[in-house]
Amino acid sequence: MSHVSDLIATDIGQYLQSHEHKSLLRFITCGSVDDGKSTLIGRLLYESKMLLEDQLAAVVADSRKFGTQGDQIDFALLVDGLTAEREQGITIDVAYRFFSTDRRKFIVADTPGHEQYTRNMVTGASTADAAILMVDARKGVLTQTRRHSYLVWLLGIRHFAVSINKMDLVNYSESTYRRIVDDYQNFARQLGIEDVTFIPMSAFKGDNIVSPSPNMPWFHGTTLMGYLETVEIDEDRLQKAAFRMQVQWVNRPNLDFRGYCGTIAAGQIAVGQKIRSFPSGKQSLVQRIVTFDGDLQQAVAGQSITLTLADEIDSSRGDLITDSQNPAEVADQFECTIIWMSDEPLLPGRPLLLKTGAQTVTATVTQIKYQVNVNTLEHTAARQLELNAIGVCNLNLDRPVAFDAYTENRDTGGFILIDRLTNNTMAAGLLHFALRRSHNINRQHLDVDKAAHSRLMGQKPCVLWFTGLSGAGKSCIANEVEKQLLLMGRHSYTLDGDNVRHGLNKDLGFTEVDRVENIRRVGEVAKLMVDAGLIVLTAFISPYRSERALARSLVTATEFVEIFVDTPLTVAEARDVKGLYKKARQGTLKNFTGIDAPYERPENPEITLSTVNLSEQQAATKVLDYLKTHGYLA
Amino acid sequence: MSLTHLQRLEAESIHIMREVVAEADKPVMLYSIGKDSAVMLHLAMKAFYPAKPPFPLLHVDTRWKFREMYAFRDRMVRELGLELLVYTNPEGIKKGINPFTHGSAIHTDIMKTEALKQALDLYGFDAAFGGARRDEEKSRAKERIFSFRTAQHRWDPKNQRPELWRIYNVRKNVGESIRVFPISNWTELDVWQYIYLQKIPIVPLYYAAERPVVARDGCLIMVDDERLPLLPGEVPMMKKVRFRTLGCYPLTGAIESQADTLPEIIQEMLLTTTSERQGRVIDHDSAGSMEKKKQEGYF
Repeated sequence: MSHVSDLIATDIGQYLQSHEHKSLLRFITCGSVDDGKSTLIGRLLYESKMLLEDQLAAVVADSRKFGTQGDQIDFALLVDGLTAEREQGITIDVAYRFFSTDRRKFIVADTPGHEQYTRNMVTGASTADAAILMVDARKGVLTQTRRHSYLVWLLGIRHFAVSINKMDLVNYSESTYRRIVDDYQNFARQLGIEDVTFIPMSAFKGDNIVSPSPNMPWFHGTTLMGYLETVEIDEDRLQKAAFRMQVQWVNRPNLDFRGYCGTIAAGQIAVGQKIRSFPSGKQSLVQRIVTFDGDLQQAVAGQSITLTLADEIDSSRGDLITDSQNPAEVADQFECTIIWMSDEPLLPGRPLLLKTGAQTVTATVTQIKYQVNVNTLEHTAARQLELNAIGVCNLNLDRPVAFDAYTENRDTGGFILIDRLTNNTMAAGLLHFALRRSHNINRQHLDVDKAAHSRLMGQKPCVLWFTGLSGAGKSCIANEVEKQLLLMGRHSYTLDGDNVRHGLNKDLGFTEVDRVENIRRVGEVAKLMVDAGLIVLTAFISPYRSERALARSLVTATEFVEIFVDTPLTVAEARDVKGLYKKARQGTLKNFTGIDAPYERPENPEITLSTVNLSEQQAATKVLDYLKTHGYLA
Repeated sequence: MSLTHLQRLEAESIHIMREVVAEADKPVMLYSIGKDSAVMLHLAMKAFYPAKPPFPLLHVDTRWKFREMYAFRDRMVRELGLELLVYTNPEGIKKGINPFTHGSAIHTDIMKTEALKQALDLYGFDAAFGGARRDEEKSRAKERIFSFRTAQHRWDPKNQRPELWRIYNVRKNVGESIRVFPISNWTELDVWQYIYLQKIPIVPLYYAAERPVVARDGCLIMVDDERLPLLPGEVPMMKKVRFRTLGCYPLTGAIESQADTLPEIIQEMLLTTTSERQGRVIDHDSAGSMEKKKQEGYF
């Protein structure tokens, strides 16, 4: 075998020395039931000589009993472990396989392809550096291929090897290969997958697995084994990131020693380096890096170490130690992706336990913003998440935790949700960003704060959030309200399309994604103005409930007044002040709310203004009355 | 600086052990005296340094181990300054269970599987480290690192918790216990290479030496003490043999070998054509036998 060194027989000492320096790659294989995934893994084990005579003999015997390959050795039988599934002829769980070459040791997460086992694929992908996606050359890129790609991409894998398998069954046709490559590249661009390597192969016959196939002289790329031996290992990338280590255990063998034990999640640490511990934010210096084999001067991502610090900062299990210059964020409200893994559905509002790193806190999903259809990647509304569903949600914790975005670091941005009664693992989660940085201790403390601004101006700052169809009268009513406020000597400001779309948000269009971002920025600006003590009026269609909820979540509960300008579509379209409805009906204006984009009516607005029966002045008076009776203008 | 595969495996094992100690009420390390136990124990010494591992070792003793294993066990515990608990199924002692009159299946069931359950219940251990590896056997390839057992110690392969990233859900229900396998992702080669690099002491039986053996059912069985009943006409012969795996001596086959250094052992392993567990009689019983045993509570 090409992958077993001759040194074993001739010079074992030399062999062992060279093998001390092997690296470790973890990868996942994804494919449908018949794509030949198990065959490929069996082949890799066989080619790297990980199969021994008795194992091979057992497989030959099994091939006769259960095999699907006639008299040939069915490599798939090597990897189908449990009796029940061997009888069903499918793999149903994550299995880990091992093989090694002279350059690397490999851990393969073998996961099944059918739909109901999303959770297994997500589990296998969570620790993988790279993914092998199996495509049957006869079938091309299938819905399943896209689904698997999305899942492993979601879990943070950035290196994809698309293995176009069963080339022997399409006469090793280059044009078939090219067509599949084009197809997949189109899809990969949509997701933003940058590093894709395509390999035409036959796992069954062994083409392009270890050595270039003579059957495909037109292919000049790498073999699969060549790819696996050289693709980037995620921990090597993480070594360049800012230092992160979750405190797993505090080692106190005696009163003179206090060691903080943990596995470095990112970056490097050296003796004398300045660190911060979160959530306290306290700073100190690294005094020693203690290991059984002697003190280290420095350590890197992936190592399990023990730190002692120059100061008694009293960190405990669950805290996050970071580089002092590049600290983590601390928050208790997040937007996140949740992959639900339980038969019991996720219901917003039900408390769960959340474990991230070494920390366990109580968490509640406050809102499911949308569910992602893993086949089409479409966003759909959802009130609950069923087994294997993926949703983008808002999450509330009972206390602040230090974190990074999952896309930055899987260890500091990934979490699991645990049922409080059964103790089962219910979900995997990926943190996106903090919704409200309520305890962000990195922030400069300001002596002149919101309360001070508010006292000076003699008003209670708030956001008057006008929402409704185009032409409903939002801007006109807001304008009238602001005029009245000015007459009363109040301090206010109106944010509307004109002063935002032409400046701050001129980079945004009108797709759903851009609309969401538009509203997010408006919400953030409104929040700053509330901090400055102003009464802020916003006049945006803001058609989605979830974005309005996001804007609401940025300020405190009483600071947000949602005003629904309720004008029927027919009335608004009849007015058509700017001629936009006409353009939308003609099809020259796309994604127009009410015509070809949805408007989600507010469910519990603080104020509803039905403009059919109200003049602008009457509507404005209704808003001002609300402000007076609720203490905003005291 | 890229970490080597052994550095990463070591870090993962240490991470797992610390997680158990941080979250379990009463952990224990199952110590079977073999090479995998030796590596696991060495990793434990590292994980908690400069403290000692904050848990005892438990040896479930069938009373049929090699004499050199007992001597080695007692030496290690003494040198490392650790607490050792030895447990033997009293029922088995009373009935005189042995591999000869009762067969390997019953012997293993009563002296290992049952004894282990009794010991865990007796001491109230809620988490037990074991040195099993996923590359040993097909059903193990799918077992989690944290493997939950019911109050009856049964394993349900269909109902395992997903394990994501480095986050382990260590929470258990009343009566449940956890078997934790910190060297799940190590292969036989990794174990040997690590022993070599770290100079970890192992039982001398792994090295080839002249030993008295008899040939039975294609296996070489060592005549370790006078309890081995010789069959009519059977005469122990001296052969240079060693063991790839260690268990109860009447159930563990030796191989003829000249390998009396670690590099030679590794060389032999790499050039060999049969897998490690072939020397163990228990795996041959029936297809899927390990899976069945595990469901019943075997480690």
